[in-house]
Amino acid sequence: MDEDTQREALSAVLTAIADRIELEKDHLTELDSAIGDADHGANLHRGFQAALDGADSENDPDAFVKAAGMALLSKVGGASGPLYGGSLAVASSEFEEGITTESSVAFAEAYLEKVKDRGGASVGDKTMVDALTPAVHTYKRAIEVDDLDPLAALSKAVDAAERGVRFTTPIRASKGRASYLGWRSVGHPDPGATSTLYMLEEIHDVAAEYLDGEAAVADAEAEAEIEEGSGE
Amino acid sequence: MIGLVVVSHSARLAEGVCEVAGEMAGDAAVIAAGGTDDGRLGTSVDLIADAIEEASAEAEGVVVLADLGSAVMNAEMAVEVAEVEAVFADAPLVEGTVNAAVSATGTKATLDSVKESAEEARGLSKT
Repeated sequence: MDEDTQREALSAVLTAIADRIELEKDHLTELDSAIGDADHGANLHRGFQAALDGADSENDPDAFVKAAGMALLSKVGGASGPLYGGSLAVASSEFEEGITTESSVAFAEAYLEKVKDRGGASVGDKTMVDALTPAVHTYKRAIEVDDLDPLAALSKAVDAAERGVRFTTPIRASKGRASYLGWRSVGHPDPGATSTLYMLEEIHDVAAEYLDGEAAVADAEAEAEIEEGSGE
Repeated sequence: MIGLVVVSHSARLAEGVCEVAGEMAGDAAVIAAGGTDDGRLGTSVDLIADAIEEASAEAEGVVVLADLGSAVMNAEMAVEVAEVEAVFADAPLVEGTVNAAVSATGTKATLDSVKESAEEARGLSKT
């Protein structure tokens, strides 16, 4: 992907996430009303609308992601601001040389590290970390060990995040507002893990639009080469 | 002198804590940074950063205190992005701010000593 296409893809990702959050905002708020202060959907919706405006004028991939993160940071109002926005703003530097398979792994890892660092949460605390950690680990492994293409790796990461969300349902929260509820937090999926899954799903779907074409071109080229080779 | 910033989910709560602690703070600035920039419950990094800037005007540093959860996270972020000397104090909001206000005006007050006196409030028993 050249730089213009990367920028276009990022813009498509941000728009898709903003649309999805708008669609799910009542559902996210409902989840949050069970274990939090019932503002997760509304907060994220406000934040992503601001992010669309904030990132609009940026052309470089890293500047685009950073601007989106800063807008989230200043407009969300709750813990999601520093966790989603602040972490994006920090991880964006991994895209300084553009978006590649390698830099996407580095970005995912930097984002996860920042979320854990900022929120002080680990796996099992019933937070977004429970969806994000398996997703990032799965993505990295799929690419570096199993040698899958980024789209197939993303697809596995989405599955891992989905299992992560399910994992948050039966456990007791020990971080954030939900921790004040103690055992009453059991039986509800974590809203932050759920919105993280939605975001990953949208990233996957947009990546499918952009990367499927590339994979097809690469396949066609490879086939042409084989045919050329066999003709000689 | 050391400045203080009080961060809370509620603008009124932050102002109230400043009102109480201000009685003990002499000339030291005690600035409230509560609620979001559009007046909702919550906190705003921008608003906290502005308060840190304001509190640092005539101070050698700023100690920031916060109430719960995301307020702590946003306060820590504001401290990180601040271009002035600032630290976060891990202390109960009212007792910590009052303690900090008492020591902020002392002639030997430093960023560390004020942070320390705020954090001493963690062990205070009320009875």
